[in-house]
Amino acid sequence: MKTLLIAVISALLVACANATKTTQDDSLYRALGELEGIESITHRFINEIGFNREIITHFSDTDLGRFKEKFIEQICFESGGPCEYTGDSMQQVHRGMDITEGEFNATVNALTAAMDTEGVDKRTQNRLLKKLAPMRGDIIYQ
Amino acid sequence: MKWLHRPYASMMFLALLVGTPSAQAEQVTGKLLAAPGVTQVEGSGGGGLVPWAVLAGYDSREQTSGTVFSTQVHLPDYRLNSQGVAVSFYDRVEVSYAKHRFDLGTLGGALGVNDIEQDVLGVKARLYGDLIYSQWPQVSVGLQHRWLRDRAVAQVVGADEADQGTDLYVSATKLWLDAFSGVNVLGNLTLRASRANQFGLLGYGGDVEKSHSINAETSIALLPHPQWAIGAEYRQKPDNLSAFEEEDAGDVFVAYLPNEHFNVTGAWTNLGQIAGSKEQKGFYLSLTGYLW
Repeated sequence: MKTLLIAVISALLVACANATKTTQDDSLYRALGELEGIESITHRFINEIGFNREIITHFSDTDLGRFKEKFIEQICFESGGPCEYTGDSMQQVHRGMDITEGEFNATVNALTAAMDTEGVDKRTQNRLLKKLAPMRGDIIYQ
Repeated sequence: MKWLHRPYASMMFLALLVGTPSAQAEQVTGKLLAAPGVTQVEGSGGGGLVPWAVLAGYDSREQTSGTVFSTQVHLPDYRLNSQGVAVSFYDRVEVSYAKHRFDLGTLGGALGVNDIEQDVLGVKARLYGDLIYSQWPQVSVGLQHRWLRDRAVAQVVGADEADQGTDLYVSATKLWLDAFSGVNVLGNLTLRASRANQFGLLGYGGDVEKSHSINAETSIALLPHPQWAIGAEYRQKPDNLSAFEEEDAGDVFVAYLPNEHFNVTGAWTNLGQIAGSKEQKGFYLSLTGYLW
């Protein structure tokens, strides 16, 4: 049992070490199917949002064409692809929307559902979610 | 169909109860799938043996949630049946209740006691953070207060007190997205002040140690897929009675979380020596249902 405890603690430490590792490669971008894949995911994502009455209300004043363009740029950039994100900061975009934790999670679920439909495996999804997770503080309750 | 006795029947009832598809097709839940963990044997949100910092339901800051659970542990000389409910308020406070029935099997015959029953009332409050999104782990404090209904065995084994006892704990839990090659990893560390003998079933304190001692409990889980978690736990336990050595407990588990309505956990657990019966290892099965 003591050896199990040691194994568990070492595994935790390894997990910590890995969690802080930063990668600059474009393997995630490629795993998402590059620009074409990201465009398809974004298209599906907007569809998924359309099916969720709770979150669609936040898009009533949104220029969907611009949203799509900037979202593609952002995912491309965050996944290590050859793009610049030229949109506004997450704080600016979400100001005054008062997005709740629940709505945020529903949006994450919409994104993962979009990736499921596009055949992106769960481990690739986790890699992308890790890149996007730090934005949450600038999105909710603004 | 020997296994189809009362505890399993109640688990099936529970499955039917929560398996009913709810009207809301696009749920707006406060947490991502698997984020509440499963239900710990004493009724708190957590792993199987260890309470975690996460609260038991899918509630966000604006929501409440209610869960029910049923757990069976089959050991060579004993059976443990634990059932209960938990209500979580605004992802801040969790209140839980569990009823334990510890079947003594043939050993009980000698004592004229078939089983030991106890009630466990738990309260947990989230102090800091978010399992996934905060930089540091989510931290909660909790207490578990137990009332022993059947005190004869606790008195026989020499417990200092056979009536009731309180554990206090602090838990830190974190889920690292993509900890390695796209696999999410959850880690938990809990420190518990307890004087319970065998989860309180054998009373509190003894001739070796009367008062609370601090014990470490830890869990680790790998989530290669949001619906599946595999992991291991370790729980140090007090060892208060000179006549009946108590050993630490551990388990390896697989949890399946198909949706936000229920999850099921199977584990192989080693609870060590219990009241003189050595090597109490066996299968653990637990079902948690999310009512709202």
